[in-house]
Amino acid sequence: MDFLTFVQLLDSTVRLATPLLLACLAGLFSERAGIFDIGLEGKMLAAAFFSAAIAAVTGSVWLGLLAGITASMAFSLLHGVASITFRGNQLISGVAINFLAAGLTVLIAQDWFSQGGRTPSLMGGGRFEPITLPFADALDGVPVLGPIYRELISGHSILVYVAFAMVPLTWWILFRTRFGLRLRAVGENPAAVDTAGVSVVGLRYAAVIICGVLCGIAGAYLSTALQAGFVKDMSAGRGFIALAALIFAKWRPWYALYATLLFGLFGALETRPDVIEGLFGLKVQGALLGALPYVMTVIILAGFVGKAIPPRAGGKPYVKER
Amino acid sequence: MDVMPKWAEVTLVPLISLVLAALLSALVILAIGEDPVEAVNLMVTGALGSTYGWGYTLYYATNFLFTGLAVSVAFHAGLFNIGGEGQAMLGGLGVALACLFIPWPHWTLALLGASVAAAVFGAAWAAIPAFLQAKRGSHIVITTIMFNFIGAAVLNYVLVNLMRPPGSMDPATARFPEITHLPTLHDILLPLGINFSKSAPANVTFIIALLACVLVWFLLWRTWLGYEIRSYGKSEPGAKYAGISPVAITMIAMLISGALAGLMAINNVMGEAERLVLNAVEGAGFIGIAVALMGRSHPFGVLLAAILFGFLYQGGAELALWTSIPRELIVVIQALVILFTGALDNMVRMPLERLFLMLRRGNA
Repeated sequence: MDFLTFVQLLDSTVRLATPLLLACLAGLFSERAGIFDIGLEGKMLAAAFFSAAIAAVTGSVWLGLLAGITASMAFSLLHGVASITFRGNQLISGVAINFLAAGLTVLIAQDWFSQGGRTPSLMGGGRFEPITLPFADALDGVPVLGPIYRELISGHSILVYVAFAMVPLTWWILFRTRFGLRLRAVGENPAAVDTAGVSVVGLRYAAVIICGVLCGIAGAYLSTALQAGFVKDMSAGRGFIALAALIFAKWRPWYALYATLLFGLFGALETRPDVIEGLFGLKVQGALLGALPYVMTVIILAGFVGKAIPPRAGGKPYVKER
Repeated sequence: MDVMPKWAEVTLVPLISLVLAALLSALVILAIGEDPVEAVNLMVTGALGSTYGWGYTLYYATNFLFTGLAVSVAFHAGLFNIGGEGQAMLGGLGVALACLFIPWPHWTLALLGASVAAAVFGAAWAAIPAFLQAKRGSHIVITTIMFNFIGAAVLNYVLVNLMRPPGSMDPATARFPEITHLPTLHDILLPLGINFSKSAPANVTFIIALLACVLVWFLLWRTWLGYEIRSYGKSEPGAKYAGISPVAITMIAMLISGALAGLMAINNVMGEAERLVLNAVEGAGFIGIAVALMGRSHPFGVLLAAILFGFLYQGGAELALWTSIPRELIVVIQALVILFTGALDNMVRMPLERLFLMLRRGNA
């Protein structure tokens, strides 16, 4: 494998890791506040559809992004109403949201566009175009660093940079602000937060809404940047891989970056069987490689390689003492 | 402490949830510019208007009975088994191996053997998440989700690389031998003078599913083990105090659950397709969740819910055929049923409880 192939592989790793990273951070906010969310997949899918649909109709990708975030937030609020206000089962609510999104997106797509559950292909202003960073061409001649700068760092859509900027931002919010401290506390011991006179319900809704915004960006990225338009079930299990990455990262922002990059690399290798064959001299089945994130998560969950301990109050509705 | 009488708990709550889900579904149909009344008419004639329709409705219902019972048994132990999909997939592998590699003398023996294989494979796929939950405390919901994906990958690998007949491009096994074909409801009902549709896939497995219903009821409410499963599900500390082993109950409940999900394969793989294809389960494992929630995890409720979903499934297919409403409408209805009977349960329950409290005060 030559150097350029290697850089290209890393480049597609970054592109495939971006939606995972955004969804993983989304789940991080929600689960740190004690709301389990297995509906990441559905929210991403809904956002992917509404972004592509609005971008196709208006021709503006920014309006599309806004629509995607709105749709994802609507599903988040539904999850919030079910699991915070009505103290329902968060896992069941997540399952319902996944199916609701899977069904509604195709139903609405068929009604609006009549193209078998997809949106028209996006062109021009309907997509997030790659951004060429300054000096990308000028530095091309520099050995090693030139191609890395041009291929790997430059030439992504704005959402990729947003996703990577979200990692330090998430860390800062969660570990350096009062809001973050309270948010984490509400996931560990909501009664203590309540005693301090801070609203548990308010904090949890805030976390769920942030989760919706991030899932919305992730979904918009899928249909307006990674691909040009929505197709049925296009999230293709990414929400669950993000969930796996979240566990893998032990609910920490920087680890989330590493985990999603690793899973992104698996995704990139899956599309390049020739690279694997060149590297290891054996044919690896793409399907088996695709299952690797899940297998690794099960191993981590089993606690054989470092134990992943979820937020203590996760999944439990908070009942104020009367 | 019960505010509501028992009859209200088992009938009113699910019925109101169902009505809410139906109303919202009607709104969805209206929103996409179709007539809900017309749609229901089409669904009823398509799914229940002929023995052909009934044959499909009961065929789907058989699938959902098995997966619904699987989720129910786990629910009773306080476990949420989302892995029915993967367990049914692996059950299909068991059926395919049993049908292809063992020379059966008669279909009854083949059915018996394939059932055992399906149950064992399904249970095996539930065993690892169960063990990890029981021994290592890993959350069973997450591990069973992961095992659905791993199961799909394993099946893909096996079908493409190992079990595909030479020269075939299709990732599927060879056809099962003639002797393993199961009698359809047409074959069973003909001697009784009932002319049931010949082309519908409902088969003898439906009767086995009904038997499974009775057995699960007997197990849960008439045996020691069932008592232990239910008390563990109600209160883990209480069960522990009574000397019930959490590890044993978690394992046993999940093994039974996985075996039931796996058993679905004798219906769809052996009874209908007569070979193993890649996407044989078609989401039935997930519908089991909706069925169990709606049926309040009681075998009789599960039976009613499974038939309702069988009707929705067949009716939805008819709708997709005759109108511009895509099949995904059923996925939406399924989601709404899960939402209202599962997650928003309290939304229906709280006002009802208040109502019954008021009535009681009025009487006193």
